[in-house]
Amino acid sequence: MTNQYQTLLDAVQVRFSDKAHSLHLYLNELTLEVAAKDLLTVATVLRDEFNFEQLIDLCGVDYLEYGQADWDTKRGNTGFSRGVSKAINQATENRHQERFAVVYHLLSISNNQRIRLRIYVPDNPPCLDSVIDVWNAANWFEREAFDLFGILFNGHPDLRRLLTDYGFVGHPFRKDFPLIGEVEMRYDPNKGRVVYEPVSIEPRILVPRVIRRDQHSKMTQGEQKHG
Amino acid sequence: MAEIRNYTMNFGPQHPAAHGVLRLVLELDGEVIERADPHIGLLHRATEKLAESKPFTQSVPYMDRLDYVSMMCNEHAYVMAIEKLLGVTPPIRAQYIRVMFDEITRILNHLMWLGAHALDVGAMSMFLYAFREREDLMDCYEAVSGARLHAAYYRPGGVYRDLPNEMSQYQASKWHNEKDLKRMNENRQGSLLDFIEDFTRRFPACVDDYETLLTDNRIWKQRTVGIGVVSPERALQLGFSGPMLRGSGIEWDLRKKQPYEVYAEMDFDIPVGVEGDSYDRYLVRMEELRQSNRIIKQCVDWLRQNPGAVMLDDHKITPPKREAMKADMESLIHHFKLFTEGYCVPEGEVYSAIEHPKGEFGIYLISDGANKPYRLKIRAPGFAHLAAIEEMVKGHMLADVVAVIGTQDIVFGEIDR
Repeated sequence: MTNQYQTLLDAVQVRFSDKAHSLHLYLNELTLEVAAKDLLTVATVLRDEFNFEQLIDLCGVDYLEYGQADWDTKRGNTGFSRGVSKAINQATENRHQERFAVVYHLLSISNNQRIRLRIYVPDNPPCLDSVIDVWNAANWFEREAFDLFGILFNGHPDLRRLLTDYGFVGHPFRKDFPLIGEVEMRYDPNKGRVVYEPVSIEPRILVPRVIRRDQHSKMTQGEQKHG
Repeated sequence: MAEIRNYTMNFGPQHPAAHGVLRLVLELDGEVIERADPHIGLLHRATEKLAESKPFTQSVPYMDRLDYVSMMCNEHAYVMAIEKLLGVTPPIRAQYIRVMFDEITRILNHLMWLGAHALDVGAMSMFLYAFREREDLMDCYEAVSGARLHAAYYRPGGVYRDLPNEMSQYQASKWHNEKDLKRMNENRQGSLLDFIEDFTRRFPACVDDYETLLTDNRIWKQRTVGIGVVSPERALQLGFSGPMLRGSGIEWDLRKKQPYEVYAEMDFDIPVGVEGDSYDRYLVRMEELRQSNRIIKQCVDWLRQNPGAVMLDDHKITPPKREAMKADMESLIHHFKLFTEGYCVPEGEVYSAIEHPKGEFGIYLISDGANKPYRLKIRAPGFAHLAAIEEMVKGHMLADVVAVIGTQDIVFGEIDR
């Protein structure tokens, strides 16, 4: 398996030597990053020359709070603030160059290989070319990414919301969108219809987000010595 | 002359053949479909966002609720993603148990599909037969996890507990006399493995029964042959996977091509269709029922001979034994840390895919080194299938929409997520 992916890595590296911003192999998974303007060229080459016939998945990612523990963020309650200790609060560095990225998972049935393609989405509002002509499966996946993250796709024929309610405001999977939402809905007997109001509940975090770097590997090694 | 306009109608979201909450806006020319626009999201619960706010282990039960007719397979992809990032491998016995329950789940799913699909196109009796066998398999779920549907049985590092040595039995009641009770409890005298083995002996004859009712049935063939034909090229373009892809003649099964757990040790065949129509997909799934039965049998044989651990002994990620917690300080600390904070998963990203009964079910997990996922993306097979419904029903009659929804094996828990 490893050899096969090493070969693919070399081939991709040679083919995209001028376009690849980053290309790395981790856990036997190949990740290729290119600039947004090269997306369509690279996608077409991957499909036609590397036989990645299938777009398995397309998803948006919001890197706004990457590597931040809960006490660094604005939201949340105060209940766990007394647990803050400098020793355990090791934030991971956010190396991501843009806030939004779109990640494509491709599968080659003929070569039995997978590759991941990540494009950081520039501009505000984030905007990217649609790959719907390269892989038709992208249609709903792009609508979903638009709905949940507000990423626009140039050339998509029908970029409507997909998963959220009719008339929904906002993009719920962005990291700055609260988990409890913005509005709540109830039936108003006086008006005789359903009304939307700002949420009345308070956000609550039961388990704070903690980052303990290489805790697992260190502890396991220690334990093995004891055991 | 009067202007002739197409007729637009709503199919669902409460139509019994919509398999859940599908709202399908159909544009009809007479009775022929011109356009089909599915409106989904009525069951959207933001599972992916919720998972971002919980420690890794606490999201396992959410996975059950995605595709709620193949619960353990969803869990499988999720725990595999976590294990991959943690760099741990579950004990071999846990892997066999997982494979066995994946296949039990596949049978559960296909029986549900078969019953619902046949019911949709008018064969009422299939539904009742399919549910008879499902009952036995859900008892297996109950025996290992205590729940008939939402099991939460697979955990990162193995499975929650070993297979039980006894099966629960029917109790006497005013509806069952002594004789009935004896008959009903006959195959429940031994362990769970005995019960499953008994099932695998009975099941091929059951599949024969289903086939007698459907395979050469004139009405069944009229409703499925030539309906919703997908060429292999289009199936690839549209991101199809699982039986939908194999029905179009592409031999692709992750269990064979990218084997995970102990599938490489298993002896089974991949059925492939020829025409790419609903009937071929029906035949593919029927054969998968038989193949799953074969795999279960092999797992039972192996599990009988090889007792052992079913959970890793690394208490940084798996909870210690309950008894140990009462007397041992270390165990108490481990337990407390695991259930208050959880464990931190090393920074990185991983995509783990399994051959789910409906197709390729994948989990894309990004961790920034915290005790909660940074981003979790669920790749649901039904999502890509439903997206292609317009192409599959265009030019067909209104009644065929139901047959196409049936053949796609749609469940809204996973599509809306």
